[in-house]
Amino acid sequence: MSLENVLLAFFAASALAGGVLMLIARHPMRVALALISAMISLAGIYAVLGVHVIAVFQVLIYVGAVMVFMVYVIMLLDVRDPSFLERYGRAIVPSIVVAAALAAALAAAVGRGQVMTAARIAEAHPGRVAATFEVQPFSAEFIGRYWLHFELTSVLLLAAVVAAIALIKAGRRRDG
Amino acid sequence: MDRTQLLLSLSFALFALGLVGVMVRRNALVMLMCMELMLNGVILSLVTFAALSATLSGAVLVFLVFVVAAAEIAIAIPIVLLLAKERHTLDVGAWSELKG
Repeated sequence: MSLENVLLAFFAASALAGGVLMLIARHPMRVALALISAMISLAGIYAVLGVHVIAVFQVLIYVGAVMVFMVYVIMLLDVRDPSFLERYGRAIVPSIVVAAALAAALAAAVGRGQVMTAARIAEAHPGRVAATFEVQPFSAEFIGRYWLHFELTSVLLLAAVVAAIALIKAGRRRDG
Repeated sequence: MDRTQLLLSLSFALFALGLVGVMVRRNALVMLMCMELMLNGVILSLVTFAALSATLSGAVLVFLVFVVAAAEIAIAIPIVLLLAKERHTLDVGAWSELKG
């Protein structure tokens, strides 16, 4: 068993543990910390896979921006909220059964299928150049071929900012 | 177990855990975080296939999904905060009259 596989198994177990802790933890802050640990484990998996750009984005965008925002909001909230004390709603057993059945069906489908390997893909598509996921080729591809999409993301983010401000203003107007 | 199968199984497991969280937990913010876990599971399978087929466009697609997720959070959290301000609780049970 190579070091890469050991690391993959470690990060996979850590991500799973984070996901399970999210269901068990009572306080939203602990749920947020469990989610952050799961996300960092996923970033580790991406790094082991060699997709370094995505690993960096995972830490920067998800952990750095999204989860910090989430933690900030949790700290703003009232800790005497009853939903912090009572964790679960009523449909706990059926929902666990449904989700377990879904995961089992998907895993069974993966186990039954033919194992896809990089060699088999190269065989099916002869003459295709396999890309590497370093920063330089990724950036060249991004700015060269996908510059329009990159510019459109800025429009999307601007729309999100405007929508967030509009939401807060609508809430204030109704109060006052 | 093959590496791809391991990663895909992990992706399904994370998706299922997030699904359980969305259905079971009462706190609206926790439900939102469980949705993030579901999205992370799906992104894991996308990255697995992108790395396996060695296509840069897969990595670009993952970046675009990250941006959409950031925009989604920027909208979703103000909505949750407005809901919490209206009923003074994050418990989704306070909004049970919305059921159809």
